[in-house]
Amino acid sequence: MDPFQYTKPATVNDAMTSVKASGAKFVAGGTTLIDLMKLNVERPAALVDINILPLDRIEPHAEGGLKIGAMVRNSDLAHDSRVQQMYPVLSQALLSGASPQLRNMATTGGNLLQRTRCYYFRDTNYACNKRERGSGCPAIDGYNRMHAVLGTSEHCIATHPSDMAVAMMALDAMIYLNGPAGVRSVPNTQFYLLPGDTPDKENVLRNGEIITHVTLPALPSNVKSHYLKRRDRASYEFALASAAVIIDMNGNKIRKAQIALGGVGTKPWRSPEAEQELAGRDATERTFHKAAEAALRGAKPYRNNGFKIELAKRTLVRALQTATASA
Amino acid sequence: MRRPKNPSLISSRDVGDAKSPGAGTVTRRSFLTNVAAAGIAATASPLMRAAPRTTDLPASPAVSSPGGTVPVSLQINGRSYELQIESRVTLLDALRENLGLFGTKKGCDHGQCGACTVHVNGRRVNSCLTFAVMHQQDEITTIEGLAKDGQLHPMQAAFLEHDGFQCGYCTSGQIMSAVALLKEPCEASVDATRECMSGNICRCGAYENIVAAVRSVRNRA
Repeated sequence: MDPFQYTKPATVNDAMTSVKASGAKFVAGGTTLIDLMKLNVERPAALVDINILPLDRIEPHAEGGLKIGAMVRNSDLAHDSRVQQMYPVLSQALLSGASPQLRNMATTGGNLLQRTRCYYFRDTNYACNKRERGSGCPAIDGYNRMHAVLGTSEHCIATHPSDMAVAMMALDAMIYLNGPAGVRSVPNTQFYLLPGDTPDKENVLRNGEIITHVTLPALPSNVKSHYLKRRDRASYEFALASAAVIIDMNGNKIRKAQIALGGVGTKPWRSPEAEQELAGRDATERTFHKAAEAALRGAKPYRNNGFKIELAKRTLVRALQTATASA
Repeated sequence: MRRPKNPSLISSRDVGDAKSPGAGTVTRRSFLTNVAAAGIAATASPLMRAAPRTTDLPASPAVSSPGGTVPVSLQINGRSYELQIESRVTLLDALRENLGLFGTKKGCDHGQCGACTVHVNGRRVNSCLTFAVMHQQDEITTIEGLAKDGQLHPMQAAFLEHDGFQCGYCTSGQIMSAVALLKEPCEASVDATRECMSGNICRCGAYENIVAAVRSVRNRA
């Protein structure tokens, strides 16, 4: 690991000043960054430790939802009684990710920014367009069982690994940023970028910007939701496929659906196609299957990951069955 | 009670004082402790520090302090430690390499196995995925800090009672996880206990007995 300069500012403004140093990065929970520093995938010349910034609160939001500070730990967010009551899908997604130790460290902002687990990205003996634009992608013709089937390009097929972000995607979260050009907010659905021919650019965060908090809008009180994750072992493993579903029902009719998929896309994958199939229809097996078909219609299989297309469909159908069956 | 398989996992007595290593019989553990103590002494002496340690490091203008080290003070098991180490030293490496607290184990070194689990301000974390310099205001507890007044923590005793290990390498991490679990919102069932302990891998596969040990303490509480 390369040596680095270390600072620990106490205010957001000081943190933004410190991160202007060449090659500087923020470190929060460290569970992605320090892992990648040990592999020489990340080589920051300076680390700005943001662990004492006053961004660790969960508060009611003026418009009825919740405002979540960027430094709120994943475990605190998952176990917060308001989150469990208002957004069980988020709590379920968080608790299905990583391990209790990692959730005690990982933060809300850091989770949104975590990097892919693509083994070629993590191994500097291989080329990787995400690490170095234009160097090539050995995953496309290599071993790609864990890789994406949605949103891929000829330059990158890496999946986004987050569970939390999938739930937040379905929840229409808003991400608030502070930076040299001032404060701005970006809907979660517009925060992530498809790899295209610039897979090194994963989101719209600008140089020097920091995530300060995330807001979740209020949901109708009788809304039903569920997060279902499918993986190689029962716990402590990344998703092969996951689904976050939020369903507003009127009797047996679906008024509105918010659907996002994990483990299959190059970013946390919101599916307006599935939502369209569900809206206004009765909550039946047939409707669920049509929604799953719609969600995966554009999927492109690679040598080892074709199974994910069927797995994602079944995961979505099962999540919809579970959500709509719950009282 | 049976004789412990690996006394270092359950006792803080033989870890020794990193700053003043005791004389007497040389064991593997006391030898390692002395080596670690020598490392601390070296950081206090400019002459010794100038010797082999800095020459094999890449020169980097990014590190502001001479020799690439920074003063780091840590609170571990109720004791204060002053270190002069590089900012890139993980909390795990500081414990093992600089302070002679060998009870915390290095398994994968990437947050995937849980062998390095310690408590920071009462919460379990992977000490391999955080830098020591980040924890100067924190209270750190390692396996050496669990026993009080010569009495094992109930979780340590339960692991002995239920034979919750085979080779013992993951055991200190398992116990640290299990102790933290007692204060977490985790249901009492076997399945929930397994899920809440899933951040600690045991390659010997002693899970049945580990779960039994954890549940025996939780049921008593």
